[in-house]
Amino acid sequence: MDAKVADKEFAIAGKKFSSRFLIGTSRYPNQQVMMDAIQASGAEIVTVAVRRVSQDSGGEGLYDLLGESFHLLPNTAGCFTAQDAVLTAELAREALETNWVKLEVIGDDETLFPDVEQLLRAAEELVAKGFVVLPYCNDDPITCKKLEDIGCAAIMPLAAPIGSGMGIRNPYNLRIIREQCTLPIIVDAGVGTASDAAIALELGCDGILLNTAVAGARDPVKMAKAMRLGIEAGGYAFEAGRIPRRLYAKASTPTDGAIKL
Amino acid sequence: MSEMISVNGVLQPLNYLKLFDLLEDSGVDGRQGGVAVALNGEVVPRADWAQTSLKSNDKVEIVQIVRGG
Repeated sequence: MDAKVADKEFAIAGKKFSSRFLIGTSRYPNQQVMMDAIQASGAEIVTVAVRRVSQDSGGEGLYDLLGESFHLLPNTAGCFTAQDAVLTAELAREALETNWVKLEVIGDDETLFPDVEQLLRAAEELVAKGFVVLPYCNDDPITCKKLEDIGCAAIMPLAAPIGSGMGIRNPYNLRIIREQCTLPIIVDAGVGTASDAAIALELGCDGILLNTAVAGARDPVKMAKAMRLGIEAGGYAFEAGRIPRRLYAKASTPTDGAIKL
Repeated sequence: MSEMISVNGVLQPLNYLKLFDLLEDSGVDGRQGGVAVALNGEVVPRADWAQTSLKSNDKVEIVQIVRGG
């Protein structure tokens, strides 16, 4: 079994990371809470977005705030076509001097589910252009395998819709994806609380990317810590190997020598 | 009708000879990190901003890094 585990190395495109937690920068109550939550998460990879400069804002200064301490991973959120996603990735590469991209190509605004056809096209194009592509995709083993074959650097299946907090809706698919793919698998979207993160790691996934579950929690900093511990616990549990499920009891205390009147 | 360009989807008169001048007026300077520019769907590297000319009907996208998930 070559699946990665907690004590084993976590690497994407040959770059080693000590944290399996990738965290977003959106929707925190304020900047200080965001910084504290990112700190508490232990994350090294932090996601950001690319947007038109608006006339009234002089820029968010996010690059100056986070650029030195974290590996900034730009996303292509909001792109509906391969063409828009590729240009967004190219702009992000210029803005951040990184060829890494979290590739999102969505099909509609209600579900934010990926448009698989456009996603595969964009992935192919970006890989050809030398990008390290981390695609947000469905928890569909066939699509995941295609993304691996295209030459992506990791597979990032959703566990439930973005921002839904619904948890791991299809653990069996994640297991199949784990068995079919050799790339790192990072559950991206759907995690609502620490146990969801633990379950993903227990299934053999390598990492978690989330945003809303931390940013939207009553106490984002505490939730960031909870997620970090959940990821760690799940990784160790996967490595340790869970016992088989049984329908009937099996005494843990030896029965030999028990008194019988 | 005067010559127009589109900047982030908004039409405006072509008042600039070079891309750099437009960017300067848009509050973007060459030293600022986390910013990128595309002209007609192609990224213009920072080093080329000063030499890149603008012409009628050009489409300019000026983007920055913002919060995201």
